[in-house]
Amino acid sequence: MKKKLVKGNEALAQAAIEAGCRFYFGYPITPQNDIPEYLAREFPKLGGTFLQAESEIGSINMVLGASAAGMRAMTSSSGPGISLMQEGLSYLAGSEIPAVVVNVQRSGPGLGGISPSQGDYFQATRGGGHGDYRTPVLAPASVQEMWDLTFLAFDLADRYRNPVVILADAMLGQMKEPLEMRKPELPPLPAKDWILEGCQGRDKRLLKSLYLGEGELEKHCWRLWAKYEEIKKKEVRCEAYRIEDAELVVVAFGSPARIAKGAIMEAREQGLKVGLLRPITLYPYPEKELADLADQGKTFLVTELNVGQMVEDVRMAAGRRAEVHFYGRPPGAGSLPSPEDILHEIRETYPAR
Amino acid sequence: MSETAEKLLNPRPESLVDIPTHFCPGCHHGIVHRLVAEAIDHFGLREKAIGVACVGCSVFLYNYLNTDVVEAPHGRAPAVATGLRRALPDRLIYTYQGDGDLAAIGTSEIIHAANRGEPITVVFVNNTTYGMTGGQMAPTTLLGQKTTTSPYGRDFHQAGYPIKMAEFLAPLEGVAFSARGAVDRVANLKRTRKLIFRAFEVQVQRLGFGFVEVLSACPTNWGMTPIEAAKRVEEEMIPYFPLGIFKERKEADHL
Amino acid sequence: MYHDVTMAGFGGQGILLIGNLLAEAALAEGLHVTYLPSYGVEMRGGSANCTVVISDQEIGSPAVGSPRALLVMSRPALSRFQASVKPGGLLIVNTSLIEPAEVERRDVELLAYPLNQIALELSHQRLANMVALGLYLGRTRVVGLESIEHGFAELLSEKNRVFIPQNVAAIQKGMALAAEAGGKS
Ligand SMILES: Cc1ncc(C[n+]2csc(CCOP(=O)(O)OP(=O)(O)O)c2C)c(N)n1
Ligand code: SF4
Repeated sequence: MKKKLVKGNEALAQAAIEAGCRFYFGYPITPQNDIPEYLAREFPKLGGTFLQAESEIGSINMVLGASAAGMRAMTSSSGPGISLMQEGLSYLAGSEIPAVVVNVQRSGPGLGGISPSQGDYFQATRGGGHGDYRTPVLAPASVQEMWDLTFLAFDLADRYRNPVVILADAMLGQMKEPLEMRKPELPPLPAKDWILEGCQGRDKRLLKSLYLGEGELEKHCWRLWAKYEEIKKKEVRCEAYRIEDAELVVVAFGSPARIAKGAIMEAREQGLKVGLLRPITLYPYPEKELADLADQGKTFLVTELNVGQMVEDVRMAAGRRAEVHFYGRPPGAGSLPSPEDILHEIRETYPAR
Repeated sequence: MSETAEKLLNPRPESLVDIPTHFCPGCHHGIVHRLVAEAIDHFGLREKAIGVACVGCSVFLYNYLNTDVVEAPHGRAPAVATGLRRALPDRLIYTYQGDGDLAAIGTSEIIHAANRGEPITVVFVNNTTYGMTGGQMAPTTLLGQKTTTSPYGRDFHQAGYPIKMAEFLAPLEGVAFSARGAVDRVANLKRTRKLIFRAFEVQVQRLGFGFVEVLSACPTNWGMTPIEAAKRVEEEMIPYFPLGIFKERKEADHL
Repeated sequence: MYHDVTMAGFGGQGILLIGNLLAEAALAEGLHVTYLPSYGVEMRGGSANCTVVISDQEIGSPAVGSPRALLVMSRPALSRFQASVKPGGLLIVNTSLIEPAEVERRDVELLAYPLNQIALELSHQRLANMVALGLYLGRTRVVGLESIEHGFAELLSEKNRVFIPQNVAAIQKGMALAAEAGGKS
């Protein structure tokens, strides 16, 4: 298949179209504006609905409405906007309504800045909103994955009737790479027998998260829990790069995983046995893969564009068995780590044998 | 002409910091900043004033206005100002907000601050677009106007009508003053200067909530030269957004 | 085979265009390629830069700390990036806007030309970016000229394709200059 040179944000937007999404609701924010701008241009040609909401609170709830009607709907935003969506995400999860929410991460806290960041890892993987819920979180690391994981996001959302978060970052959104516009083959989905379209000829349906009856909410939460357990069993995805003989395993996701890969290639040329474990799903997290590597006695170097968030999951998975080092780069203009920076860290933490 | 010369000779208001502007050439934000500074100076309240900066190109007000300033989340400046007002009953509290900030994401906060009659002054800069994020559609974008998120021109079937905030807020009981001005020409600038002074005065007199909308140019996102942009204010904006005073209360009345 | 280059100047000099062109050309040749631009606030501040990585193997990092080649079209771009070039790397400098004396690096190969003047003599100052790209291509031979022409077809709208021959001529001029320089050294 012929490849095209495409910007990450646009790859994601076009993939949403190909995945059958025809409803987009969003509010402008850098660095993801290419997504709404692309869909504002393309949707009208396809009979799709592009609506610029009055706010991100509006956006996420418009998604809730369109999705309750059974449509594939999505929104995208960044930092401050994603924060405003947390209430809606909690309602989506509680009412078991699918949605795709894209966070092209910029830097915080507060208004922060627009440079690439991974400061929203906790917010994305721990729920962010109130209540006992989880959302699958997909972390692309290339333009191809901005495309591929968008299909997967819609699929997971429908399969599990749950909002799914795509956690990208400013670098992935802005960079261009060759893209193969392939349609991934995904297993068939369960019928949408819960959607609201008027109860003509059937019993009325309800989509809700309020449970006041004795024991009702508890039952509901355990049912959600069972769903999350199933997701954990079936949906973990990660990339392992040259880890078999590695003494040191770099753990990174998104853009820094790419930069780390460059550093690892260089390290290998210099004879250092270094590999990369790149979580593609941040929830569910590749705990078992990490635990196995820890059992094999590998040392870990976690690198993130923040002051240390995912590293907690690595420490948890690796337990006391393994040495876990951390190299964090909180965001700021021009402060992306270079492969040389990471190579330096690799040398510093490489186990002496 | 002599007007302009006289303006240039005017000393910089004390409430304006003496630094080079970073706004795009032909942007009206800088002019409005100056008018706000003059109003604060006029009442001699620089040291008692606290500004609330909103999110947008206007956030950099915090660099230009020589008063205390706190930054609010996008759209929330009137709520932050309310908190300040309640904590500091005798200070001068003002917000300075763009059209995305005030008329889209911040509608809830502006309506309720106005309705409560918070004695604060709100300066609303309407440039019919989202400046900082690169020219998307705003609630004030004119019908037919092309922006990056209304690439075929704003269509009311799809995106509703441009919202007229000054008229919209005026009927609320708590509003003491609501007006709209422009700064595209010296005559309009002089009138707008008075409107801004008055919007501060109603606060000083504790008559209620003071609001001024200022039509403003964003040459960068309109894809125009500064001169073309100023002309657009006159030819396209003023006919839809008429200049004038929509509410002016002379004394405090309590229903 | 592995090449990386950072290109930098101010908005309006067509820096991102030549970065895109190079990337499109590499794709046309079936190579792996990444293109990473500066964006947003930084662009409004007037500077523009991008990094292109080209390889026949999978590419790790699209971001490069010490590029093997740096192409600078403006003074601020030189002062911001010159320290970053890999020793022994290539430095292309536009002396129409940069004093040669400001180039501090002695451990790199320097191609310094008044690109604006050269472009003006050819047809239009605006083509200075193309002459610069020509210098880079002439020196590195990363991709062929036909692939660049293909890149133009991908990037330019129907309306603007009439300008392709002028642009190609400017690239060829740069390539010729690089060849002469190569002959000298
Ligand atoms: C919650 C949230 N959503 C979106 C943004 C991104 N954002 C920054 S400025 C802005 C609007 C700018 O437009 P406007 O208020 O009209 O002011 P201008 O820049 O034109 O002066 C937006 C949407 C944000 N900072 N926070
Ligand atoms: S983008 Fe528009 S509003 Fe912002 S500084 Fe430039 S001209 Fe002014």
